[in-house]
Amino acid sequence: MSDTVPLSKLSVGSSAVLREYPKSGTAFLRLREMGMLPGTRLTLVRTAPMGDPIEIKVRGYNLTLRKSEADHVIVEPESAA
Amino acid sequence: MNLPVHLKTPTRAPVYALVGNPNCGKSTLFNGLTGLKQKVGNYPGVTVERKIGTAYSQHGQPMTLIDLPGTYSLAARSPDEAVTRDVLLGSRDDTQMPDRIVCIIDASNLERNLYLVNQIFDLGRPVILVVNMMDLATAAGLQIRIDRLEKDLGIPVIAAQASKGVGLIELKLTMSRVDLPLPKHRWDVPAAISASVAELQASLQNNDGKPPLIARAEALLLLTDQNPVRVAGSQPLSDRTSVILDQWEKRWNADGTDWSGSLVAARYDAIGILTANTVLQQETHGMRQSRLDRIDGIVTHEVWGWTVLGAIMSALFLSIFTLAELPMGLIESSVSALADWVKSQMAAGELRDLITDGAIAGVGGVVIFLPQILILFFFIGLLESTGYMARAAFIMDRLMNRVGLNGKSFIPLLSSYACAIPGIMATRTIEDPKDRLVTILVAPFMSCSARLPVYLLMIAALVPSGEVPIFTKVGLMLLMYGLGTCGAFGFAWLFKRTLLRGEPPPMIMELPPYRMPRIKDVFMQMIERGSLFLKRAGTIVLAISIVLWALTAYPNAGESATPAEQVAQSFAGQAGHAIEPIIKPLGFNWEIGIGLISSFAAREVFVSATSVVFNVEEDEENTAPLLQALRSATWPDGRPLFTPLVCLTLMVFYVFAMQCISTVAVVRRETNSWRWPLFQIGYQTGFAWLLCLVIYQSGTALGF
Repeated sequence: MSDTVPLSKLSVGSSAVLREYPKSGTAFLRLREMGMLPGTRLTLVRTAPMGDPIEIKVRGYNLTLRKSEADHVIVEPESAA
Repeated sequence: MNLPVHLKTPTRAPVYALVGNPNCGKSTLFNGLTGLKQKVGNYPGVTVERKIGTAYSQHGQPMTLIDLPGTYSLAARSPDEAVTRDVLLGSRDDTQMPDRIVCIIDASNLERNLYLVNQIFDLGRPVILVVNMMDLATAAGLQIRIDRLEKDLGIPVIAAQASKGVGLIELKLTMSRVDLPLPKHRWDVPAAISASVAELQASLQNNDGKPPLIARAEALLLLTDQNPVRVAGSQPLSDRTSVILDQWEKRWNADGTDWSGSLVAARYDAIGILTANTVLQQETHGMRQSRLDRIDGIVTHEVWGWTVLGAIMSALFLSIFTLAELPMGLIESSVSALADWVKSQMAAGELRDLITDGAIAGVGGVVIFLPQILILFFFIGLLESTGYMARAAFIMDRLMNRVGLNGKSFIPLLSSYACAIPGIMATRTIEDPKDRLVTILVAPFMSCSARLPVYLLMIAALVPSGEVPIFTKVGLMLLMYGLGTCGAFGFAWLFKRTLLRGEPPPMIMELPPYRMPRIKDVFMQMIERGSLFLKRAGTIVLAISIVLWALTAYPNAGESATPAEQVAQSFAGQAGHAIEPIIKPLGFNWEIGIGLISSFAAREVFVSATSVVFNVEEDEENTAPLLQALRSATWPDGRPLFTPLVCLTLMVFYVFAMQCISTVAVVRRETNSWRWPLFQIGYQTGFAWLLCLVIYQSGTALGF
């Protein structure tokens, strides 16, 4: 098992699998209902011009969230190979 | 009695609810089904749009269709979503519980869309599933087996492309069916929390009086989010049910059960099984996708993104000022033609003056802005339906975040540069009620087009043309726009820290795929919003226009008095005198006071009001006589009235003061109380006074 990082530290264009997710918090509740669950695969598409928020692709659609939320979502990057 | 539920035919026309995620083509489908047979209004007590339409079955029978606000989940997190939940659970007294539900989902994005469908299946009502945007799914290389979906779910499933009308006839045929099956609903409530579901369901049945299936559905929603948003018209939980919910939460918190997470995961597991059988991912050509990704790359680029945003906004403002000119001229001339006609038809007298100078002139002064308002609504609708709006919010979020708002406040604030009314009405896309209120409160600081005539007059009075370079004038104009913008952001920052304290709202937003807008839908929305504005503001504007007219017309000075003499001794003149002590420290006298009071009809009225006060023949094209009169106006002791410092102070006053009854009327409607518009008049005008005091007094002290 490779190392895990916060979603906010994932580099642009790379994919990862969601591993750990906060149990409470309104923002996280909604993100979870929109399909962000442990085991879900996602890709960091880009960051906004000023570095925040970020845009990810998850379950076939594009979603934006702030880094302050992404800090608490732990993902396991897929090896570049 | 033993008849299964789904075979019972409603004796009246069936009521359908139309439900789906945002951006799934729901409005287009609703328009396609109901045509122009729509009633748009508000749910009582909340500013959530209520749309009800009538569709006709294949046999010509009317069917009522409720278009519910788009949502990702029935665990409501905004007033809009709360209304959707309450209507579906049958807990709003003002809306009948739907008999049947049409769920519309986006084919290119099945899993997330099916989450809401999964929750809706809990309700135990007949459901028709419309799989929309089949073309997008095909382009993305997804093959969706409709027949298999139908078989697995046990309900009618219709492939559609609402934007082209594909699937509409099939849907109408299905909706016309007397019998509609209930969905086969297979999903397992996680074992760890099933006991709590049973207990909550029992309590909701016994203590809250809910029918069994609805009670179970609501129990599941409460376990997803224990603090859902409730709005006026929502039923609060009974004490007993709340206590049970609290007890379970305490127990789970102690033993570390992630109840909400396991519930959501269980639904997604069921969806995963369903889509594994029904969706085939094929080799993608990826042409369209990569092209759209490239567009997105440009639109959100750190250089090009701003360029595109700037270009779109320039085009917007350019078209507002150029395209609106012709219809505004037409409205102006027809309003005065109407007034002339009334004058020719009626005997001279007070009633005639009331109708022509009060009602017609007053309402005309608001209607004249309608072309601008409509163009803005059109552009906002266009930006929304293409998907660009979400991108603008995405790139602006960081800046808006600094004052505690999120990117969604950007477009409403920007629109307010043309007119605060569409801006304030556009705040409905902001979910968080506090954020929405803050945006509404600061929007009128943006210099709208009604302030332009005042700025132009004051700048002309301030700097005689020919003597100073043109860019001094332009600079002054920009300064006013800049001041208003800083005021808006400054007060937003302040309100978010004091009055409407709250965490910065999260910026969770879908970036929908770009789409060609359906011009017909955009037009319909524009007309809808425009007429909503007229209906809402109309009566208040009419009433206040008449009051303002009466203030200048009474007491009557007699036949021989000139208009200037009449105004001077009227109530408005008296009010001008009365407020002179308050505005004198700003360098304003009673004559300017009359202008300020008249400006409550609309700010540009200042120009015509001062023309009357200074006894100048009103002439839109040529303001030279008025300028001359302004320059020679003096205080009783002979000091000139309109010194450069006074002109500047007056402009600053117009930047900040709340002086527009149409805006007041719209804020009253959008916040559902008089509290906020009155607060707005108070704080804006108070701040304007304070700032002008500082400017005038320090300017005088410095010898200007």
